[in-house]
Amino acid sequence: MTTSNYATERETTEGKVFTVTGGDWDTIVSGTDPINDERIVVNMGPQHPSTHGVLRLILELEGETVREARSVVGYLHTGIEKNLEYRNWVQGSTFVTRMDYLAPLFNETAYALAVEKLLGISDDITERANTIRVLMMELNRISSHLVWLATTGMELGAISIMLYGFREREHILEIFEMITGLRMNHAYVRPGGVAQDVPDEAIVKIREFLKLMPKKLKEYEDLLSGQPIWVERTKNVAVLDVTGCVALGVTGPVLRSAGLAWDLRKTMPYCGYETYEFDVPTHTDGDVWGRYQVRLAEIRESLKLVEQALDRLRPGPVMVADRKIAWPAQLAIGIDGMGNSLEHVAKIMGQSMESLIHHFKLVTEGFRVPPGQVYVGIEAPRGELGVHAVSDGGTRPYRVHYREPSFVNLQALPAMAEGGLIADVIAGGASLDPVMGGCDR
Amino acid sequence: MTAPNDGGVPVPVTPAGASSTAPAEYPPASPAGRGMFGNQGTGDVSGFGGLVRPRRTIEDSPRPYGGYFDEVADALEEAYPAFGDAIEKVVVDRGELTLHVRPERIAEVCQVMRDDLALRFELCSSVSGVDYLGADARRLHVVYQLTSMTYRRRVRLEAAVSVEDPHLPSVTTVYPTADWQEREAYDMFGIVFDGHPNLTRILMPDDWEGHPQRKDYPLGGVPVEYKGAEIPPPDRRRSYQ
Repeated sequence: MTTSNYATERETTEGKVFTVTGGDWDTIVSGTDPINDERIVVNMGPQHPSTHGVLRLILELEGETVREARSVVGYLHTGIEKNLEYRNWVQGSTFVTRMDYLAPLFNETAYALAVEKLLGISDDITERANTIRVLMMELNRISSHLVWLATTGMELGAISIMLYGFREREHILEIFEMITGLRMNHAYVRPGGVAQDVPDEAIVKIREFLKLMPKKLKEYEDLLSGQPIWVERTKNVAVLDVTGCVALGVTGPVLRSAGLAWDLRKTMPYCGYETYEFDVPTHTDGDVWGRYQVRLAEIRESLKLVEQALDRLRPGPVMVADRKIAWPAQLAIGIDGMGNSLEHVAKIMGQSMESLIHHFKLVTEGFRVPPGQVYVGIEAPRGELGVHAVSDGGTRPYRVHYREPSFVNLQALPAMAEGGLIADVIAGGASLDPVMGGCDR
Repeated sequence: MTAPNDGGVPVPVTPAGASSTAPAEYPPASPAGRGMFGNQGTGDVSGFGGLVRPRRTIEDSPRPYGGYFDEVADALEEAYPAFGDAIEKVVVDRGELTLHVRPERIAEVCQVMRDDLALRFELCSSVSGVDYLGADARRLHVVYQLTSMTYRRRVRLEAAVSVEDPHLPSVTTVYPTADWQEREAYDMFGIVFDGHPNLTRILMPDDWEGHPQRKDYPLGGVPVEYKGAEIPPPDRRRSYQ
């Protein structure tokens, strides 16, 4: 038995197809005909460490230059939108939180805001609930940007930053676990408010984090910003200007890195963001470097927001007063996560038949939502996260559509990659920060 | 209400909707709004299965619409001569403006919405489909959420097509961002956007049959056994509508 020096090849109607799993590039391409095959089509993914999950890229290369790039998505499609139509409105939170798994609290909040708008109770959400939502979302934004920094660093060859990014994110996940019972997929923000109050020890932990994080940010900048390789790989790479962004629907840090200060927290505020003091960081270069700068600055702004939210946390209810909607009001965190509090179970099982009936009706049947449709957009870490929710007047969503920033932003990849080098495809794709769970839903 | 029987003992009449011939897979999210417990077969002794909930029809909102909605409608009427022909209905609900547009006019309307200086809806935030099975003869609706970054306004356009003729012009030439979103609407609902550069499936596999988010497409699923009891798949469970 002899082993071939070349990559395994097979003939197809489109020509020779090679399966490459590593090795020396010269050895691989020596199997091709240099005269007839000036252009090579390279299929990257869907399993590839640098494509942020299961994203597949098809690149047509001329040497090292990308002539055409196409992205293929859908490998992580889980039918969440269809599934929502078979569960009641509250159960929906449990589903939507699993879409963009790096920003679960944004998915939940957008959904809750849409349902509240359909119910007409947007103004009844208590101040404490709104403050907790802002607090949680901004912590989530920091953790999401940290993962972006970590993975992008790794993809561009800076392995240390990957470890640091994930290390600091761990602090935030611990805070989340303390508050919601889970590190991810919380189902914490629910229509009408939030599932339960923030415990005191979590506040202490958040304060610790606020002290720690600015030092760490300084470390990241010391590590990356002056480093020639990092600068070389990010400056003037994958440029997209404001016109391109708006035409392709790209929002979030990518749009702001091109110079347009469009942030829904400022331009179309929700959850009381208009009462907080923060800036919208922008950059003018519209390249990967600009996006890096914008995201780091956004972490700083989020820290400011978290601090303000902590300062204005006053005791009060975290759910609307309407007992027809406020479900489930009596939850507690046990060793296995969030569940019915034991006192509440003791009460409904031992003392009050009416409470038991009410609990049963709200949990199994849920509440009715008047018919109609709404669209709510919030500023997620990746851009505008929109929820288009339609109700037919029943206890289940008639249709819920997520305008996912990952999905929409990924369309910009060919515009960024074509004409550039193949290595810059990775930098450009990473700078869009796509999360395939959100993209494919 | 009783029915006579031979023994002279009154027995209750079978409540409407409790008939055992009713389909078990009656879609729970059905727009028909019939029944209460989703239980169309046996076991419904309450009679609530026969309830019919009236459907609210979408009605024209009268002027003035309030807020910036009048300005938007006026500006569109001025900039777009075929306004009366293209706009079927104007609905203001929950502080949102919806313009129901004749499907063949949708690309023209989008062009005006984007380019007119008084409108300036530069960003097409979202394109999604909704299936109003049983409620509308043209049951497939395409919903466009437009955002004006200049004026900080939002408007919703809605175009309805039928399953037999699910065609309407693509808006990709006006809003390139609609590309993937129209592909998703095609994939999930079978709405065909004429003039789209590459209208193929995007989330489902290329060889998939059917359009999964249509209301007559079943959810699917298998029963799960847990501690001896069999839990039916979600769309077969007893449910409340």
